[in-house]
Amino acid sequence: MFAFIIRRLLQSVLVMLTVALIAFALFRFVGDPINNLVGQDTTLQDRQKLRETLGLNDSVVVQYWRYVVNTAKGDFGYSYMHRRPVKTMLLERMPATLELSIISILLALFIGVPMGVYTSLRRDGFLAKIFMSISLIGISLPTFLIGIMLILLFGVILRWLPTFGRGEVVALGTWTTGLLTVSGLKALIMPAITLALFQMTLIMRLVRSEMLEVLRTDYIKFARARGLSNRAVNFGHALKNTLVPVITITGLQLGSVIAFAIITESVFQWPGMGRMFIEAVADVDIPVMAAYLCLIALFFVVINLIVDLLYYAVDPRLRVDGGGSGGHG
Amino acid sequence: MQWKATAIAGALAAATLMAAPTAGAKEFSWAFQGNLQSLDPHGLFETFTIGFHGNLYEPLIGYDDKMNVVPMLAESFTQTDANTWRAKLRAGVKFHSGNDLTTDDFIFSWKRALTEGSDMKVPARKIKEIKKIDDLTFDIITSNPNPILPRSLLILYVMDKEWSVAHKTEAATNLKGGEEGNFANLNANGTGPFMVTEHAAGVKTVLKRFDGYWRNIASNVTKATFTPISQDATRVAALLSGELDMVYPVPVQDWQRLTDAPGVQPLAGPEARTIFLGFDQVRDELLYSDVKGKNPFKDVRVREAFAHAINVEAIKKKVMRDASFPTGLMVAPQIGGFVPEMNTHWAYDTDKAKKLLAAAGYPNGFSLTMDCPNDRYVNDEKICQAAAAMLARVGVKVKVLAQTKSKYFGKVLSQNNYDTSFYLLGWTPGTMDAHQAIEPLMACRTKEKGRGLFNLGGYCNERIYALAPMIESETDQAKRAAMIREVFKIHQDEVGHIPLHQQPLSWGVSDRVTVNQRPDNVLDLRYVVVK
Repeated sequence: MFAFIIRRLLQSVLVMLTVALIAFALFRFVGDPINNLVGQDTTLQDRQKLRETLGLNDSVVVQYWRYVVNTAKGDFGYSYMHRRPVKTMLLERMPATLELSIISILLALFIGVPMGVYTSLRRDGFLAKIFMSISLIGISLPTFLIGIMLILLFGVILRWLPTFGRGEVVALGTWTTGLLTVSGLKALIMPAITLALFQMTLIMRLVRSEMLEVLRTDYIKFARARGLSNRAVNFGHALKNTLVPVITITGLQLGSVIAFAIITESVFQWPGMGRMFIEAVADVDIPVMAAYLCLIALFFVVINLIVDLLYYAVDPRLRVDGGGSGGHG
Repeated sequence: MQWKATAIAGALAAATLMAAPTAGAKEFSWAFQGNLQSLDPHGLFETFTIGFHGNLYEPLIGYDDKMNVVPMLAESFTQTDANTWRAKLRAGVKFHSGNDLTTDDFIFSWKRALTEGSDMKVPARKIKEIKKIDDLTFDIITSNPNPILPRSLLILYVMDKEWSVAHKTEAATNLKGGEEGNFANLNANGTGPFMVTEHAAGVKTVLKRFDGYWRNIASNVTKATFTPISQDATRVAALLSGELDMVYPVPVQDWQRLTDAPGVQPLAGPEARTIFLGFDQVRDELLYSDVKGKNPFKDVRVREAFAHAINVEAIKKKVMRDASFPTGLMVAPQIGGFVPEMNTHWAYDTDKAKKLLAAAGYPNGFSLTMDCPNDRYVNDEKICQAAAAMLARVGVKVKVLAQTKSKYFGKVLSQNNYDTSFYLLGWTPGTMDAHQAIEPLMACRTKEKGRGLFNLGGYCNERIYALAPMIESETDQAKRAAMIREVFKIHQDEVGHIPLHQQPLSWGVSDRVTVNQRPDNVLDLRYVVVK
């Protein structure tokens, strides 16, 4: 087990090195940062000097290598635009993104799984059909549009919720949270729903199809024959056996929720890392882009690792010690 | 981005809006599309940034609400001989820290503006030396006679020496980093009417009225909150929902929505920025054209044909929602040196354009690629497409390559060796004086002299090149105006560029506040009044 984790961590270093390499190879297609960094009256000599100081005249390989070496030393560089250490900026912005992503994925799980179970058990029910139709909307509408529509309805027309920002935040050490203030919670509602909608429908449809699959199997029939309650059969046996794919998908989705919170964050002007990244792309702020991409790669690797470990917990067949599944849940 | 706006417009049309709620008294909140990148007054020479800093810091002489140059920290500022300016500081001016403003503070700020990280080196270098007379009086010595020195120093804000030394921010915030977050990058201490109480970079900045401000101002704002909102749709929604009192820019497509909604109004006016087209006139063969072996733009007839083929009135009507100001000059009416009677665009005449092209040897026209930004100026990409469609009518097939500003500028500017054949660019002279358009845009490109840095097409006329430095140092206003007029005349006759229009300023303002719209798109909080 320990060796497994170590191996995974080593692999993650490789993944991040590769991500950084690809990133640096792509950066020259994003544009040239110099014009964003100086005013129009700045002389040619000053511009060239700045290029030289920032190392923009070096080849991609040299820039990449310098970045890897500095990162290994824990130095993520300075943001061109904000003139601050990228590390500080990421740490400042991370709480906003993580809070939003985790709330969204929880929302998706706690609504998606019950809906999935319900629609699989009452396949022809009226409510189930409504759920299925809603899920179609969730899966097909672009996030941007959902966000704008919500802003329009609840922000502009009804004026119940703030249209942008994170509200008042409370600082707990280096972490800032919006979960402890009314304005913070209100500000969280629309972005969280926007971000959760797609995941929710995905989880619901996944649970539904897995459940339908499992409910047909022999052991469920036997369980019913044994006279177990519906509840024990549906949730103890059927649902539990659908969980492996659900965990995989949810885990991977958490990674993409964090990574693709970008769109939601820009629609709601949410002060997270994603928005910082999108602004960095527009301004060709190379140190910020590079650090963000590596960090997201790290998130994916860690989440995958956790997912793998969770398999052990839910699927007895994978346990090395073969501890067996006790009882009927 | 058009679809976003239309998607909302549809839904909004069906909606009835409530009146804006009255927020706490005398609070003002506003949003701009970009971030406030730094609080360091010497960090970045960019209009929004220095405009914002103007609420916190002040120069010797500054702008009033109409952009007239008026004394600020200097009570008087007069030229005593060709190379000397005598400045007398106002007595009793205090910094937010409580320290008094003295000559040493100005000298310190000037030196700081010359440090490596500073982007204010250009104006600071205009000063050769400063001689301290007493605590409030000093002489500024320039190397050459410089009649527009006061204008150059408009953006040289004065910092508090004691405060800067105490917080180890004697040098301007350096892009390269090094020192762990320069103090002045995140904190401010000026003489301005507002002081920073909270600055979460890229998230929001909260300002408080400075009680010790040295003069009375129109504003009654006690607390002002700035938020950057990059998405157009979100920014407009935040205004409509009553959360913000003012947002800018507002897409011109959204003006009708703002007019229809109760409680908010669009506020439009001419910006001092001129949008123009330029041609590569240097290379012997265009980089992006089917004409081989020669450069059609070296022939003035081709340039003139282009000028006659472009219908600026149609661009105004169709693309700019009737809000642009068609022009024939490279500078706007607000710029010193503007010549009103020369401000007419070439007549729209496709027959004449065709004849000129035929005379130049292109009876069937030719094809070329046009470089265009798509997120820098008001409707920039649409202007390029409209121009391409108009040129198609005279046989010139133009392919528009519209890109985001970082890619566009990365391609067409000096660092990439002016890689363009035909382009669209916009310009506001930083000093609001014609010289700052003539030297960078119209003078021949010379690396050593640093002229023509933004003359992307390399338009070159010896006479203009000779006039540019003379205009800079001529102190006789009448002679100077005559020289500027001569430059404009030559440039117009030779069709050095094709000026299109001044673009509109486009702000959205709640009825509960009144603001002053400065032609350089700066919001000066001194003139914001909350009802």
